[in-house]
Amino acid sequence: MKITIPELSFVVLIGVSGSGKSTFARKHFKATEILSSDYCRGLVSDDENSQAATSDAFDVLHFIARKRLAAGKLTVVDATNVQPESRRAFVEIAREFHCLPVAIVLDLPERVAHERNQTRPDRAFGPHVIRQQAQQLHRSLRGLEREGFRHTFVLKSLEEIDAVVIERQPLWNNLKAEHGPFDIIGDVHGCGDELHELLGQLGYAEETAGNWKHSAGRKLVFVGDLVDRGPKVTQVLKWVIASVGSGDAFCVPGNHDVKLMRKLRGREVQIAHGLAESLAQLATESDDFRTRVADFIDDLVSHYVFDDGKLVVAHAGLKESMQGRGSGAVREFALFGETTGETDEFGLPERHNWAAEYRGSAMVVYGHTPVPEPDWLNRTINIDTGCVFGGKLTALRYPERELVSVPARAKYAESRRPFLPVETPAPVLSAQQQHDDLLDLADVTGKRIAGTRLHGNVTIREGNAAAALEVMSRFAANPKWLIYLPPTMSPSETSQAPGLLEHPVEAFAYYRHAGVPRVVCEEKHMGSRAVVIVCRDEAAAQRAFGITGEGIGICYTRTGRRFFDDPNFEREFLQLVQAAATAAGFWDEFKTGWLCLDCELMPWSAKAQALLKQQYAAVGASARASLAAEVATLEQAAARGLDVAELLARTRSRQQMVGYYIAAYRGYCWPVNSVHDLKLAPFHLLATEGKVHTNQPHTWHMETLARLAGGIILATPFQVIDLLDAASEAEGIRWWEELTARGGEGMVVKPLDFIVKGSRGLVQPAVKCRGQEYLRIIYGPEYTAPANLERLRARGLSAKRSLALREFALGIEALERFARKEPLRRVHEAVFGVLALESEPTDPRL
Amino acid sequence: MLLTLTTTYQPATDLGYLLRKNPARPQSFELSFGKAHVFYPEASHERCTVALLVEVDPVGLVRNRRGPSGEGGALEQYVNDRPYAASSFLSVAIAEVFGTALSGNCKERPELATLAIPLQVTFSALPCRGGEPFLGKLFAPLGYQVTATRLPLDEQFPEWGESAYFRVELTATLPLQQLLSHLYVLVPVLDNDKHYWVGDDEVRKLLHHGEGWLAAHPEREAIARRYLKHRRSLVDDAIAQLAEEGDPDPELAAETNAQEEAAVESKISLNEQRLGSVFAALKGSHAVRVLDLGCGEGRLLQLLLKDKQFAEIVGLDVSHRALEIAQDRLHYDRLPALQKKRLRLLHGSLIYRDQRLAGFEAAAVVEVIEHLDPPRLAAFERVLFEFARPGTIVVTTPNREYNVNWETLPAGQFRHRDHRFEWTRPEFQGWANGVAARFGYSVRFLSVGPEDPAVGPPTQMAMFNRHPK
Repeated sequence: MKITIPELSFVVLIGVSGSGKSTFARKHFKATEILSSDYCRGLVSDDENSQAATSDAFDVLHFIARKRLAAGKLTVVDATNVQPESRRAFVEIAREFHCLPVAIVLDLPERVAHERNQTRPDRAFGPHVIRQQAQQLHRSLRGLEREGFRHTFVLKSLEEIDAVVIERQPLWNNLKAEHGPFDIIGDVHGCGDELHELLGQLGYAEETAGNWKHSAGRKLVFVGDLVDRGPKVTQVLKWVIASVGSGDAFCVPGNHDVKLMRKLRGREVQIAHGLAESLAQLATESDDFRTRVADFIDDLVSHYVFDDGKLVVAHAGLKESMQGRGSGAVREFALFGETTGETDEFGLPERHNWAAEYRGSAMVVYGHTPVPEPDWLNRTINIDTGCVFGGKLTALRYPERELVSVPARAKYAESRRPFLPVETPAPVLSAQQQHDDLLDLADVTGKRIAGTRLHGNVTIREGNAAAALEVMSRFAANPKWLIYLPPTMSPSETSQAPGLLEHPVEAFAYYRHAGVPRVVCEEKHMGSRAVVIVCRDEAAAQRAFGITGEGIGICYTRTGRRFFDDPNFEREFLQLVQAAATAAGFWDEFKTGWLCLDCELMPWSAKAQALLKQQYAAVGASARASLAAEVATLEQAAARGLDVAELLARTRSRQQMVGYYIAAYRGYCWPVNSVHDLKLAPFHLLATEGKVHTNQPHTWHMETLARLAGGIILATPFQVIDLLDAASEAEGIRWWEELTARGGEGMVVKPLDFIVKGSRGLVQPAVKCRGQEYLRIIYGPEYTAPANLERLRARGLSAKRSLALREFALGIEALERFARKEPLRRVHEAVFGVLALESEPTDPRL
Repeated sequence: MLLTLTTTYQPATDLGYLLRKNPARPQSFELSFGKAHVFYPEASHERCTVALLVEVDPVGLVRNRRGPSGEGGALEQYVNDRPYAASSFLSVAIAEVFGTALSGNCKERPELATLAIPLQVTFSALPCRGGEPFLGKLFAPLGYQVTATRLPLDEQFPEWGESAYFRVELTATLPLQQLLSHLYVLVPVLDNDKHYWVGDDEVRKLLHHGEGWLAAHPEREAIARRYLKHRRSLVDDAIAQLAEEGDPDPELAAETNAQEEAAVESKISLNEQRLGSVFAALKGSHAVRVLDLGCGEGRLLQLLLKDKQFAEIVGLDVSHRALEIAQDRLHYDRLPALQKKRLRLLHGSLIYRDQRLAGFEAAAVVEVIEHLDPPRLAAFERVLFEFARPGTIVVTTPNREYNVNWETLPAGQFRHRDHRFEWTRPEFQGWANGVAARFGYSVRFLSVGPEDPAVGPPTQMAMFNRHPK
């Protein structure tokens, strides 16, 4: 006997103790699919037969069943289940998760069960127990369907049980193997002329008997509501029925279609909302055609899941927990959506905005409620543009995400709720941008795992997320601006050369070993990291970022804080960058209204004022005073003839090192009286409209950004080094020595390509190599004393490098999500992740 | 770091007996954090000076962390004033090198050990957090004459102002043992923000070295507080990691800012009056389930907890540290189960929508909005008025007009450095009326604190009531 069950079923085994349910379950299902009540008794009481533990055991069983069904896993209950009240809970749970309850009854003669129990010492109960169970079972059999079991199978003999084969059947809505490409058509409502024109525009041609075909094999998907109100209902039905029949189209039912079907089947329905037009037009058709229409609609599946689960089409949309499931509730939702139970001023039911809460990964395309313009919200889009009300008929091309529309040729019906505003001012912000005005704590808090294209899953620990929440809330700029945070950067491996901690040789060796033949060396400016977003005008800021009234851009720090406290100062600064971009012709060249630049902003003292005063200058001041006094006192003692020569020499040498240290930090400080005293050195043109420029080599970034140079903007000097050529490498070393001898911080070495994946995964996007004098402000004034340097060489880079890769991957992920116009919470997740990772403890000197 | 100690007691070279260090022979001592050297730059019958030169190993400081665990941040800095400025390391060196003198023993000249003799101490760089007045308050009551010269930060950048370090001379006539005890305790107290204790059992040490003088010292509370500095939790370390270059020590900054604000507002104990008014408003609303949004260290929660009307009390704050303090203040861990059930502390943010805040009858938002950047207020309004949507909302904020009445507050400055704005009465009422209209609430305004006829009360309060559906 073959038992066919839906792939997502809740299977309830029914049978007396000893009827062989466990053996049956083990034979046909995976161990993890089976929930045994005996096992659960054991879990809560250490005794699989404890009847006292029954209630707790079933609590556990129900809990696990819920978790499994929520995750879309077939689940089997192994318990006697002979009483209707014990089964009721399972039917309810199946309904809750929109999957089908299946009953498999093992109805063996009592004798067989009793004999089996006799052989098991743990089941020392008399035949009366089995008899009672069997009576209950038999009383139950006829009522199973009424209890809600859609599929019931009764097995009456050992032979029958042995012969069972279980087949799992995909649900009708599962078209995951259909990859398209598709053209999804909004509510047609009998607008045959417009449909004809739209199909033509999309590249379809009508072949035999109303069958529309695409030359490149694209397929049509109708979101339903083919009928009612419009003038050519019959024509539309003929086309759709033919094209679905030939496999060139798919169709999901709309509420109007279903109502028409019920009327055609002779059911009592109210003739309203344009049904009369459909019936009048169908009246001239044959009975046979009307039956075909009714059959066609009756056979339609509530919704479809296409393309490996990436696309869902349902007439009124579908929330995530219902996708790919089958139940009455799913069908109701797909046809009518969700209503709040209240009515609006036009007497129509008020709709619950399920799309605003949608967090699913599948794109949901739907219709049902006419809107003036299709608008993306959380990966959902409504493409019912009210053609029959004089709007237009719209198609969404998938996977291209392009919209194609043809205008209505007439206003065929009047909408009760005017869907086109009397005057149509363009909405200031898109639906997504409005929705994104507020982020939800649940999207950032607690332990999180963020998927990245470059580096797989990145885990954010709860404590780090808490730290990031505080910083983000108290200090960060409007999160709509924060489309990127820069990653941390690791230094090169520690040099063993005398007097040095870092040297280019190690940086070059790192990349050569990673399989990188050529690198770019960029001068490392000593200032503060800054991300600059600048727009062509405020309107461009509004279009791209959904921000109004905050000017033409922003300059923010590595933790997402506004760089400048004074808004006028910031405006002046951004205007200079904007003017440079305009002069360089960037807006047209990149077809963009905005730029996102990764930069260093100088002087260091502009941002690090407090740090300089409290730490760097303070150390210098106390060191100078103290060492001068020490030298003087030692000289006095030496003059008395005391033997303090060694200590005096050492103290003098310390005094000299402190002098170098003060000179080092002073080099990175100058007063800023106006915006023109700043220097901005951009080194990555991270993104422009629709593009993240990580596919361009660093030489492109350097050369492109050099075109902005002039005024406050610096072009960063760089060199390309061939790592397979010793002379080229020597040239790179010489260049570094020259830079650092002038007091420069050092250089950053990057592979020529922005993103490099080696045999061991992602390669460091950049490695810094800092100069001897600069490192005094990192490792302390006296770090070059041989005894100190020797100990400082022991430093581990692995934590820093791992962090750098994770932050880099998250930063690029944020940009890519933004470029794809994903909801802000998705961009914010990645940006928040960088900030959270930055709170991980690492050696701050690296 | 260098300490010199001079006496003009004659014969001055008896100083060598007191310290048990021969004026003719330089000596060095190994310390756990470096080396101490003792030598006499001058030693005559009339005048004798001993120098204690301490070399702190800057790499060892970071690498072999000495000091209490959790004393993170500062010890991890290589760029550190510890090798140069007088600090607790000097106290340790005094105890190690001049231990006998510190305990008041002198075998060769026992009578000298208890004799008041003229002494002069010089520090080349002594950090004085709290400034010169605090330095005077510490030493003057003990009979010292204090001369202090502040060191410049960097003469190339005069705009950076002066440093926190002083060259200090202390002159007094007293037994050497007493002077050393004073230094042992007071140098770290002056240094304040960074302590590097080598051992534990600090309370015992403080009492031991403060014997005979600390109990009567007018600044004894400040001394004890600074000497026994509290420790930080791991989460706070994480937050410290995120500190911007602009404010290297957020915890210190927060503490200073709060003290500054309290100092400004102290005259009328405004905070108490404010909490009293908010409590009255919540009580009068008959709310049973209440939110304290931005609960800080939990002062309002403490009041609410004492009143049985409030069956469910939730305090929310964005600062993890503040919640820890609130937990301590409320003795949360030791509350009886029934009390504990009434109270929850949540870490959260008022600019992210938060499901946990739905379904409450009243919310207090005491001195919170002025800490939000004005562009973020729109998010706050929606979180509270659109989504959490309690029936009653009480909001307080400073009245900027009143600031002219604070003597200590320079004109144009806010009461707290983290305030992003302070509103006049028309500004606050304009905002509140707009919010009420947009979200379906009614609003009325109340004064908190003594009302000035011209500029109004120091704190303004708005009570919002949700319109019935």
